[in-house]
Amino acid sequence: MMESMKIRTILILGTIAIALALVSLWMGQQAYTWLPPQASVEAESIDRLFSFLVTLGTFIFLGVVGTLTYSVLFQQAGKYDTSDGPHIEGNLTLEIVWTAIPFVLVVWIAGYSYHIYDQMSILGPMDHVHVKTMGMATAEAATLDTPEMKTHPIEVRARQWVWEFYYPEQNITSTELHLPSNQRVKLVLRSEDVLHGFYVPAFRVKQDIIPGRVIDFEFTPIREGRYRLRDSQYSGTYFAAMQTDVVVESEQAYQQWLIDAAASPPIVAYNRAFDEYNRAHNPISTGWKTVEPAPPPMVNAPANRSTNPPSGQSL
Amino acid sequence: MTNLSVETITQIEQPLPGAPDNWKRFFSFSTDHKVIGIQYLVTSFFFFLIGGIFAMIIRGELITPEADLLDRAVYNAMFTMHGTVMLFLWTFPSLVGLSNYLVPLMIGAKDMAFPRLNAAAFWMVPVFGVILMASFFVPGGPSQSGWWAYPPVSLQNPTGNLINGQMLWLLAVAISGVSSIMGAVNFVTTIVRMRSPGMTWFRMPVFVWTVLAAQIIQLFGLPALTAGAVMLLLDLTVGTSFFDPAKGGDPILFQHFFWFYSHPAVYVIILPIFGIFSEIFPVYARKPLFGYKVVAISSLIITGLSGIVWVHHMFASGTPGWMRMVFMATTMLISVPTGIKVFAWVATVWGGKLRLNTPMLFALGGLVMFVFAGITGIMLASVPIDIHVNNTYFVVGHFHYVIYGAVVMGMYAALYHWFPKMTGRMYSEGLGKLHFALTFLGTNLNFFPMHPLGLQGMPRRVASYDPEFAFWNVVASLGAFLLGMSTLPFILNMIGSWVQGEKAPQNPWRAIGLEWLVSSPPTVENFEELPIVISEPYGYGKSEPLVANPDALEVSHESN
Repeated sequence: MMESMKIRTILILGTIAIALALVSLWMGQQAYTWLPPQASVEAESIDRLFSFLVTLGTFIFLGVVGTLTYSVLFQQAGKYDTSDGPHIEGNLTLEIVWTAIPFVLVVWIAGYSYHIYDQMSILGPMDHVHVKTMGMATAEAATLDTPEMKTHPIEVRARQWVWEFYYPEQNITSTELHLPSNQRVKLVLRSEDVLHGFYVPAFRVKQDIIPGRVIDFEFTPIREGRYRLRDSQYSGTYFAAMQTDVVVESEQAYQQWLIDAAASPPIVAYNRAFDEYNRAHNPISTGWKTVEPAPPPMVNAPANRSTNPPSGQSL
Repeated sequence: MTNLSVETITQIEQPLPGAPDNWKRFFSFSTDHKVIGIQYLVTSFFFFLIGGIFAMIIRGELITPEADLLDRAVYNAMFTMHGTVMLFLWTFPSLVGLSNYLVPLMIGAKDMAFPRLNAAAFWMVPVFGVILMASFFVPGGPSQSGWWAYPPVSLQNPTGNLINGQMLWLLAVAISGVSSIMGAVNFVTTIVRMRSPGMTWFRMPVFVWTVLAAQIIQLFGLPALTAGAVMLLLDLTVGTSFFDPAKGGDPILFQHFFWFYSHPAVYVIILPIFGIFSEIFPVYARKPLFGYKVVAISSLIITGLSGIVWVHHMFASGTPGWMRMVFMATTMLISVPTGIKVFAWVATVWGGKLRLNTPMLFALGGLVMFVFAGITGIMLASVPIDIHVNNTYFVVGHFHYVIYGAVVMGMYAALYHWFPKMTGRMYSEGLGKLHFALTFLGTNLNFFPMHPLGLQGMPRRVASYDPEFAFWNVVASLGAFLLGMSTLPFILNMIGSWVQGEKAPQNPWRAIGLEWLVSSPPTVENFEELPIVISEPYGYGKSEPLVANPDALEVSHESN
């Protein structure tokens, strides 16, 4: 009698666990759709990690909430029942299990995350030297089997509230970042005033830009298209307006763009922060004195106006 | 003792400013921990409403993609002040208030160890509250650098005035720090030195353990923040260059100072809420807290680990790869003691005899949202994922699930649960349940949409955004307005019930704990004779007395 009860319990629990696992696996697949397009090699591996954590997280969440829901639905005290529940102070086996399992899980997650971060190696060669001195293996850093960009690193210059990109070999200045597809892209990040953050959601990469420091940054775009580049580290009054486009294009198109841009005489780029600040009549201004935006830069290649409309106009 | 002399004593007590039925005591420099506790709670709730109004203004701006409701500078001031008010003027003081009220009662003490220090610490709260609000009226407006006040933005002073919003902000934060350190000294001393006879460490309720764990964090962490704030103040006002890169300073150093305290600070906030969950689930499930000793000890483990995780706020900052990896590992580890607690609460509820009144509903709702926040927390601890969602709305969603979903819900649970003790009146259960339903719905509507927004790449702190983000922002804004409205039944309930609620007995919930052995509200010095504790807490399911002298704790007001 006791035996059959026990088997029944195990069967029920097993069935529930399998059902939860199936739902969790499905949720893990859904997770890919919650993210922007995968426009870089880094995006592919980060999304896999995210999907894995969503799967695991769904299982835990449903397990805990399902248990609580069962209690709430079926274990309420009767209206006039003033008796107590059973006096159970604990269960050593259970407590060891629910300490050991999370411990193993987080070690697993940390190991997996480490592996992926190591593959990404977005922080450039200087940082890698540093990692090696800490005794961490970086042999796998070369998994990104894409050729490196043949040119010098592109300089990213951030200032309140302008993104400016400088291609040293062609002496091109641009307010739109053009990158060749399927090549390891190298950037040099500099800020001229405050902290800014280089963030392209479609690439899943982000790095704060720190005044007084030069940061090497690299990643590999793999999908042609036009993506948003946003300032991700709060930089003052016009922070939200500090956005532009990244254009990933084929090697030929990229080379053609370099030639065309180099041949274009510099013009004054549109800058939204500067425009808003200097607008003659701003109906919603309080008159609080703010930091004056930097003047719009002179560029060979200005950002696309249809994806970067002047303020007051939506797309 | 004759009846007559008892009445004489009562009559002598009545005119005292601290007497439980003299409402003026709440407006005085009272040294009664119960009065100070309620002073903290009411003051901080007032600021909670102010911070909530700021939040609704923010959500009003974000209901459309364009920056069309407010000046961008005003928007930036709004999110800065929202964060500052909610943390320094609501969350910290409200928890200190609750701890103030409960800790001496729970450990069988007549008051805190340093009653005058306690009162002084409280009265600093309205002082720095006023300073912070005054910054709206100085030229250039209040601080607009976010509640982190990262330099160099926080050092940019476009008005050139010495007295500016950022300066007043730093002053307010520094005073808040001093007040909190005073509180921490008081709590730790009280818990270590003032426990009544027989109240050994492992007979303390978990709430007291969590307050101890939280206040130890204040002691080791706050000096770092206060030092950082003072250095920033010097940079801003007298032109030193600790953090100004233009003059050779290091802005990243400030981030270390800031997060060395401000990450552990989230454990200062969440630990007492863990304490509340640990008190409430046993009462309304009629079962002992599952694994009491492990839950108690894991609070201290969290305290220890909380001191070595701060760099996870800086994974995308100027930090080398090895540092990111080390702090990823420590951050992951802290989920283990936290997980132990969650499983212990689930096991406490399981198989109990549940009574779903308002405190239990809030505690259950808070636990569910905390579990969700814990899962997104593990995601954020993973460096590659954090690199993508760092400084996006995903983080904002995560910590609002912690701080509204778990902390505010847990605080409401506590306020309802101990309302009869504090006021001597019962609250309205119907209004309480309405409040719960609106809060639970509003919290999820407001903060869930922030997760998809962050995953899609919407940065936090933006006044305008690309139209692709509009849908989830509209949902979040509607949720925010609902959440604002959800406080109305609560306010109505608290005020109405305090004025004319049914009189509360000593122990309306049949709860086990020293505070439930004395009258509601307790007398000025809580216990006439110190309780002699003879058993462990949470003795549900067995009839064993908690103290040896239950009838001697108070002078009976009825005839002996």
